[in-house]
This record gives sequence, structure tokens and C-alpha cells, in this order.
Amino acid sequence: MKIIIIGDGKVGYSLAEHLSQEDHDVTIIDKDPEALRKASESLDVMCVRGNGVSTRIMMEAGIKTADLLIAATSSDEMNMVCALTGKKLGAKHTVARIRDPEYANELSVLKAELGLDLVINPEQAASREIGRLLRFPPATDVEHFAKGRIEFIEIRTNHNMPIIGIPLKDLPSRIAGNILIGAVERGDEVIIPNGDFVIKSGDILYIVGKPSDINEFCKQIGLLTQKIKNVMVVGGGRVAHYLALLLRQIDMKVKIIEIDRERCIELSEMLPDALIINGDGTDQAFLESENLCDMDAFVALTGRDEENLISALLAKQCGVKKVIAKITRINNPAVYTVLGVDSIVNPKLITANYILRFVRGLNSALNNPANTVYKIINGKAEVLEFTATKSLRFLNIPLKNLRLVNGVIIGAIARKNEIIIPHGDDCVRLGDNVLVIAVNKRIVDLNEVIASVGGSK
Amino acid sequence: MNFRLIIKNLGIVLMVGAAIMLPSLVVSLICSEGDAMSFLITIGIMVPVGFCMFRIPVRNRNIYTRDGFAIASLAWILLSLFGALPFFLSGCIPSFVDAFFETVSGLSTTGSSILRDIESLPKGLLFWRSFTNWIGGMGVLVMMLAVLPAAGASTIQMMKAESPGPDPGKLVPKIGQSAKILYIMYTALTFVLFIMLLAGGMPPYDSLVHALSAAGTGGFSIKNLSVGEYNNVYYEIVIAVFMLIFGVNFSLHYQTLHGGFKNIFRDEEFRFYLFTIAGAVVLLTWNTCGNVYDNVWDSLRHSFFQTSSMITTTGFSSTDFNLWPVFSKSILVILMFIGGSAGSTAGGMKCVRFVLLFKTIKREVGRIIHPRSVYTVKYGGKTVDSSILSGITNYFFVYIIVFTVTLLIISLDGFDMVSNFTAAAAAIGNIGPGLGIVGPTGNYADYSALSKIALSFTMLFGRLEIYPMLILFAPTFWKRVNI
Repeated sequence: MKIIIIGDGKVGYSLAEHLSQEDHDVTIIDKDPEALRKASESLDVMCVRGNGVSTRIMMEAGIKTADLLIAATSSDEMNMVCALTGKKLGAKHTVARIRDPEYANELSVLKAELGLDLVINPEQAASREIGRLLRFPPATDVEHFAKGRIEFIEIRTNHNMPIIGIPLKDLPSRIAGNILIGAVERGDEVIIPNGDFVIKSGDILYIVGKPSDINEFCKQIGLLTQKIKNVMVVGGGRVAHYLALLLRQIDMKVKIIEIDRERCIELSEMLPDALIINGDGTDQAFLESENLCDMDAFVALTGRDEENLISALLAKQCGVKKVIAKITRINNPAVYTVLGVDSIVNPKLITANYILRFVRGLNSALNNPANTVYKIINGKAEVLEFTATKSLRFLNIPLKNLRLVNGVIIGAIARKNEIIIPHGDDCVRLGDNVLVIAVNKRIVDLNEVIASVGGSK
Repeated sequence: MNFRLIIKNLGIVLMVGAAIMLPSLVVSLICSEGDAMSFLITIGIMVPVGFCMFRIPVRNRNIYTRDGFAIASLAWILLSLFGALPFFLSGCIPSFVDAFFETVSGLSTTGSSILRDIESLPKGLLFWRSFTNWIGGMGVLVMMLAVLPAAGASTIQMMKAESPGPDPGKLVPKIGQSAKILYIMYTALTFVLFIMLLAGGMPPYDSLVHALSAAGTGGFSIKNLSVGEYNNVYYEIVIAVFMLIFGVNFSLHYQTLHGGFKNIFRDEEFRFYLFTIAGAVVLLTWNTCGNVYDNVWDSLRHSFFQTSSMITTTGFSSTDFNLWPVFSKSILVILMFIGGSAGSTAGGMKCVRFVLLFKTIKREVGRIIHPRSVYTVKYGGKTVDSSILSGITNYFFVYIIVFTVTLLIISLDGFDMVSNFTAAAAAIGNIGPGLGIVGPTGNYADYSALSKIALSFTMLFGRLEIYPMLILFAPTFWKRVNI
């Protein structure tokens, strides 16, 4: 696809990086020559310097033949105008980042009137992600598939768990719960485990299953799934605002610590249910006086990564069970999780991922039969969702009779109202949604999952 | 320095280089003049060596700017060494230094020759000579990017090091695709030139060789007197016009293909190029008419051909311009320094640099008149980054430095000033013939081995626009960790 990205910030860059790797023709427009220089040196993209709103620049970037325009500058208004002009000039699809809470309620109108195909609000997306993590505390990461009916969670094992040291094939006899361990990350290696695989302490497991089954599994292996009731949030920015609104809906109590008095007043006006406290979120004595140690969860959302990290570590030291920190300058969340922070949230990356999902979906509508493609484990593995069509070569054949390609596993099958965690006797039927996990492989068609007869595909 | 990565890429270059030799092998087999063996042996050496280098395991696959520059310069040196083998092995050029000079001269699209009697060489070797012109024009690494699947993002560093101009860019977002488009346009234009020469009655082999040499703006002819030997107005006009076409930025060709001719005249560099050509043709015609040629038409014909040949740094000649008046020769020397457009196959300093240098002068003068004034230099309606401007002034200086050093070295041989001066200018500008003993009827055979090596490296300096070669002389460049 021909994709034009306006705005070479963190989101724009990250999008350009992934999209160009996925073989799309990417053109970036930005005013800042420094940012463009970085992009042109390390990415296989074309850079156009200039104002993205200008039609001349858009024409230069080839808007007439573009399949997709992504407006990801720092200004909402600019993004709207870009998307609007882009559409009028001939871009087939448009995506805009709109983050101001004032527009948040008008998104559907904006979407319809501006002809936008996707609107993304990074702060709101981040708050949703945090909400998901808080709803399910044992997981460091939670993803949803098949419209939320299948969950895909990431948990870190420790030596107290009863599953350590036993081969996977013996797992069902010891632990009830219909789940599947889809992938294991051990050190730098990502493994698709088979029946003889033995779990070691320190492994990171990626588990597929129905939300209720996963809950049950976590309880049995000793990961407390006690519901979180009290959440302390440090930093009263936009993410905190959205988060407070979200958490109120799922009956969690929120305490927001914010250093700026004016902002506290604003927040208290907007969030009547939340407790707003004016103070420094990195001050240990102050946090303790605000019952930090009795909190179920702690979320650090200030604008500075360092402060977030310090407060998160303080909270972890006090024994808070679930600690989440917002980090903007990333690339490797493992660096932070090693320190003890349970989960890392990066709004820019979430935004980029969200748009990527959309693009892949768009692409799939054109030529890729996968409904969703989602990268996990820092992009080392992919989770793909396919719909079984008539062209599938292994319809109604029990899975035990199939020889799967190395590094690929069928994680779950969603059939009408049923979620099947596949065993040898199960088979894929017409119309099923099939969840496939692939390591170091690009699967484009569901048929590629099985090793072809006598071939070595 | 990521030496493993550099060696791996050089291995690929060698294998591509072996593939580049195949057409010459075919020609020499067809003509069967006994030079096929030398090609076979060379390919037989290049492929295994290249393959072994290619198989070296690499940990970090990112090509940084320094690696890209190193790959470019070392690839060119390596290919020149291997490319010289057929000349040397076949015994046609007994001295390896001479063979190296001839190959560098071909690859760098210079077209200087040490051969006293070109016509005595076998056809296969002569074809190889011109084919190096053609490949060198667009670039070996660009060729490599065009043919190899899945060129990674960081390969842009290699393309940048090889493509001429202050700020080389891509035509389309994908680098591999850009390289393919460049070579498709290049091949198509060469083919058109070939057909047109053929249509004018030139023998097929001659047409092909001249088309290849003209396309790369290299200027290797198979005749001792170059294009002048045919004494045919049609050939001269066709070749002159095509040389000018190849001296235009290929991204401009691409835009013309897509958007028609209306944009081409808005391009400032193109306007400067046309203006310089027109000016030079008028002055040369005026100066030569009456004292060298009897009528305006002859004078115009040769002025146009020589101007085209010099500004595109090709180096074909239709006549012995060594016999022209001093004023005309001065103009030709000035054209040598200006050169063609950025992103073309031509050498020299490139028109765009002159356009921007003139604009900088205008800004400096304006600053003296209004000390507090704020000027931005614009090119094509866009503000030019001050780093690019200072890069160009620096480039100008380094260009002169390299030129001076070469001039000093070759002066040791004791030839006259005009010969030495033009020989050095022709080497760094990738032109080919100069004046005096290296004039259109002369050659470089009389220079000493040291001078030939110096000139060879100067040609590479000129083709790669100095910095990729200059970096080889920096001691820290050779360390594993650059501090």
C-alpha cells in the first residue's frame, strides 16, 4: 500500500518503521529537517520536508495515489485539516490522531463529517490499556481476540508456582482449566512449547484461553486474582483523567496525586468521584501518609519517565501488588520490568500499535486473509486471527492428523458461541475463527500453517 | 568499523562484478579474438573470492554512514583491481598499473586512456572498456541494490555514498525500487541512443560501444580519433544531444515521465545547465569561426559537440580542440570544472553546487550592504539548510585540494604546465582528454607509474565525490571502535 504519514514524531516514526518493514511504500511529511534526517537514514522511506497541510506538499508526496493518510502531528486541528484535505485530494483512507478531551465526545461526528476511517486518542487508548491491566492484575500484558472472547495474557513465572518443573503434557492432570500455553519467552529465546516442554522459574508464559478459564488457571498457580479496589494515580494528566472516568465504571476507587494546584482544581471539577490530592508524587513520606502501602494498585502517569520510575519503585517497595508506569522513551520494556515494575505502558507505542492493527486490517481486506495480526514479545512473534474458508485444506480433519510447520501453533478456535482450546481430536470447521501463534515466521494464509505433504514449506 | 559487514558486502559486489563481466565475455566469444580466456579466468577468481567473503558471519547488520562510505570506496577500488585483470591477463596491456589506470578510468567514467593504438585491441576488451563506462555511470552499488532482493533500509547509506550531488535522494519510497527505476530509465535511454546510431548507418558493434560510453558519460571510443574519426554530422548531433540528456538529473527525467515537460524548466539546476551550454556554444562558435573553421556551421557543429562532451564530462571529441585558440580552450577547461547535474551520470563539481555557491555569494554581498539583514538561500522554492550550504563550500575547497595534490605529483614527470593542469582537472572531473600531450589525439601513456596511480585515485575521488575516498585516509576509520 502507499501510505503517507504526516508528522515524524515518536508515533509517526514508529509507524513508518513498522509499515516500511511490512513492505508498504511509506512517505513521511514533516517540517523538521532533523527528524526527517533520522528517518531517511535509518528507514526505507521517502521524506518530504514541508507543511503537511499544504496541498502542494501533499501532491509532492503523492496523495493522489495514496491508499492511506495518517495524520499524527502534535496538533489535533492540524491532523483534522490534513485528513480532510487528504481525503479530498484523493487518499482512499485517512487516520487522524485527535487527543483533546474536548473533541473526545464529538469523535463520531468528526469521523463521519471529515470522512475519517479511524480516530485515535493516545491518552484514551493508554487509559484503556491500563484499565485492562488493572482488571486482570496477574498479567503483565493482556490482549483480546475474537471480539474479546479470547484473551491472550503474559505472565512471569516464579519458583513458588506449582507448574514449575513439570512437563506440559502432565499439566491437565494437575491443574484444571482449559488453557493453552502458546509461547514461552526464556531469556532472549521465544519457544513454541510442545508436550515435553518443562516450565522453569523466570519463564514468561503467553497463555491463550477464555477470560474465565484464564482467571481460574491463575488462581490455581497461586497468582492472586483478587479484585483491585483502590488505585493510586500519580500525575493528573490526560491519561489520568480518562483512567479515572474508566475506573469509575468498573467500581474502582481512584486517588490522584498531582503537583500542580491549578490542575488539581480542574480535575476536581471534572472528576467529582475521584479523590484529588495536591502533592509531590516522588516524595516517599507523603505517599506513605496517603496510605500507599494499603493500595491495591499504583499507576505512575506523570510527564517524566524518571519520576514515574522512581514512584513506581517506591510503590513496589511498599508492597503494592500491581504497579504500572507510563514510559515514553522506550524501546525495551524488559529494562524496566527487571527493576520490578509490573507493567509498562507507552501511549505512543499503543497508538502506533493501534494504527498498525488498522492498517493490517485494511491490508487484509485487500489481499491478506488474516483478520488481525498482532505482534507480541517485542515483535518476535505474531498472533494472527484467520477465518476458515472453503479454500482451507484441512477443514474437518482432526488436528492430531496434521503436521504443523515448526514454530507455529493453533492457539484457539472460536466457533459461534464456543471457544475451543484445541486438542488432538478437535478440527477446524468452516466459518471458524482460528487464532494462530507464529514465531519468527510470516504466515499469510491459514493453509501455510500445515507442512505440505512431502514439501518443506 | 563493522569490518565483517563491509567484507560481506564487498563479497556481494565482487559477485555482481563477475556478472557485469558476462556481456563482455559473450562479445569476446562471438568475436573470438583470443581474449575470452582472460575474462573466464577473472570471473573464475571473482566468484569464489566473492562467495567466501559473502559467507562471513555478521553480527550487526546495520549499515551506518561510515560503513556505507567504506563499502562504496573499497568496492570501487576492488572492482578496479579485478576489472583490470582481463587487460593484464590477455597481454594487451602488459603493465598492471596501466591496466588498473584504464579500468579506473572506465569505471569512474573518465575515459582517459594509456593506449597509443586503441584499434589494435580485441573487440571483447574494447567492449569491456566501454561497458565499465556504462556501469560506472549509474553506479555499481546502485546496480547491486537494483538486482538484489530485499534491500534493507540502511543500504541507503551505500547509495548515498555512490550517487553524485550534495543531497542524493530516492525517486520512490523503496530504495530497491528506486534503484530499479534508475537502471530501467538508464537502459532504455541507452537503447534509444543505440538504435539511433544504428539507424544513421554506424556499424552495430560501433553503435553499441559508443552508446554505452556516451550513456555513462565516460567517453571511451574504439577509434583513435574518437567520434571525429567518422566525420559524420548525424552521429555527432545524436551523440551530443544524448550526452546532454545523460548529464541531466535522472529524478528530473522521472518527473518528466510522470508530469510532462512543464516542470523541467522550473528546475533551477537544469536552467543553469542549459544557460551554461548555450553560453559556451555561442562563445566557442564566435571564437573559432574564421580562424579555425571557414564557416559558421562547422564552427557551430564542433563547438556544440565539444561543449556537450566537456560539460557532461564525457570526453569524446569530434575534432582536435588542442588546436583551438586559447580563449576557446579556457572555456573548455572551465566547463570541465562545472560538470553535469547532480544525480546524473556526469562528473565535475555539478551545476547545483555552482547555483548554490552563486546564491551564497549573493547572500554574503547582501550581508555587507545590510549587516543586520536576514537572508535565507532558497532553491526550487525551498529553504536550503545551512549545513548543506557549508557542505558545498567545503566540497569546493576539498575538490581544489585534491586537484592541487594531483597536479603536484604528476608535475614530477616534467611535462608542460597546460598538460599537467588539464590532466589533473580531467582526472578529478572524470572527463578524459585534456590539452597538450593529453589532448584528444594524445594519451596518458607517457606519464610515470606513480603519476598513473595518482591519477587513478584522483579519478575515484572525483567519481565518489571525494569524501568516501577521503575517509580511507583517516586513521580512526580503520579502528574497530571509532573514537
